[in-house]
Amino acid sequence: MLKKLSPLLLLLPLSGCASNWGWYVVDPTTNSGYNNVWFLLTGLYYTVLLSVTAIVISVVIGLLVALPGLSANKYLRGFNRVYVEFVRAVPILVLILWVYYGLPQLAGIAIGVFWAGVIALALSDSAFEAEIFRAGIQSIDKGQYEASHSISLNYADTMRFVILPQAIRRILPALGNQLVYMLKMSSLVSVIGMQELTRKANELVVTEYRPLEIYTVLVLEYLVLILIVSAGVRWLERRMQTDERN
Amino acid sequence: MTKNDADVLIEIEDVSKFFGTFQALKSVNLKVSKGERVVVCGPSGSGKSTLIRCINQLEKHEKGDITVDNVTHDGTARSLNAIRQKVGMVFQQFNLFPHLSVLDNLTLGPIRARGMSKPDAEKLAMQYLERVRIPEQSDKFPRQLSGGQQQRVAIARSLCMEPQIMLFDEPTSALDPEMINEVLDVMTELASSGMTMIVVTHEMGFARRVADTMVFMDHGEIVEVAPPEKFFKQPDSVRCQDFLQKILQH
Repeated sequence: MLKKLSPLLLLLPLSGCASNWGWYVVDPTTNSGYNNVWFLLTGLYYTVLLSVTAIVISVVIGLLVALPGLSANKYLRGFNRVYVEFVRAVPILVLILWVYYGLPQLAGIAIGVFWAGVIALALSDSAFEAEIFRAGIQSIDKGQYEASHSISLNYADTMRFVILPQAIRRILPALGNQLVYMLKMSSLVSVIGMQELTRKANELVVTEYRPLEIYTVLVLEYLVLILIVSAGVRWLERRMQTDERN
Repeated sequence: MTKNDADVLIEIEDVSKFFGTFQALKSVNLKVSKGERVVVCGPSGSGKSTLIRCINQLEKHEKGDITVDNVTHDGTARSLNAIRQKVGMVFQQFNLFPHLSVLDNLTLGPIRARGMSKPDAEKLAMQYLERVRIPEQSDKFPRQLSGGQQQRVAIARSLCMEPQIMLFDEPTSALDPEMINEVLDVMTELASSGMTMIVVTHEMGFARRVADTMVFMDHGEIVEVAPPEKFFKQPDSVRCQDFLQKILQH
């Protein structure tokens, strides 16, 4: 991990040679600097909670949308196609605005900032998850279905015990990608006032007038977060591979 | 050839199957009695695999009737399930579940489809692993086994469903020559235990030893049905004579 972060050290000289940097705003040795850093870091809570909740929901929806896409029935396949094409075509930011400002009017319900963010991110991502699942399931050899049929497994058991465990191993790198993507896209939820990393940074900039330093810290926050997630996904991949080999 | 109808376990009547415009089966008729061992041979593309795959509906036929133990395929899930419970199948490519251990490969069907408890299913699985002579491999994964061992596991997996009929679709064609016999030995033992079997194979030595009935197919038709003594000595059709000459000359 330390080795991976070492390129960041290259950024340090930058601060030395540029006279217009004012690191004091985020200098943890001073009182106000410490408070500012703490303020920025508290955004991590909602960034992580929002992204993880949204990815879990989007994986479930993605799977439920992918399965009809693999059916022999053309109406079920049509549903899958329409859903994927439609949801994929809406920009995430637009979907966030629509869910937060539009959906309450349409449905006559109040949606908080957090759940509006979760719904928008999960919906948007579910179309991509659906395509990933479809590709993963389609990559499984036809013989696996035939063997399952020959031992009288029904559709649900065939999927649950035979096809999906193999498909998920194959699509794990792609699912990891989506999680990273989700962590980044969660920054967009700042526009509706979600108190996550980006919103915190924006608010601090307004009071401190030091966008360069504060947004640099924001970049580093996302970078570290995502490097940790990537390492986690890679560990999981290795573990599942050895599972299959041993 | 007439058979006592009370003994008939599988009845294939006037079955046709198309792949697009290509007709893979042309009005095929065949009766298989309880305990009968049928070996199906013929050139590649003659429809032998398609025929046995229609019996458990891995391929759907377009015309005719297939009846297994008094249940006729009528397109409903009910008849499909009833028949698949009675019919086991062994594939050319083994089709073991690579992410499951040998034991889990064997117990999945009994637990999920037959509602057995895990300990009972494991006891049953060990019993059949012993029958195919590899009980010591139960904790391994398929990829750690040789081809011959994998195919024997696949046979045991089918037997764990305690079927009345076993279908073999070229079970030794994907195996290295030195492993063919270990699989044929297991199949021979199974045959001598009274199992009803339909075997698609080019192993004519096995056919001679084990078959009650030889079936020769060509271009989607059953051309010749005869007991092995007659089949290998003096088949009626020219096509069958040609085929046998080609595969028996070396």
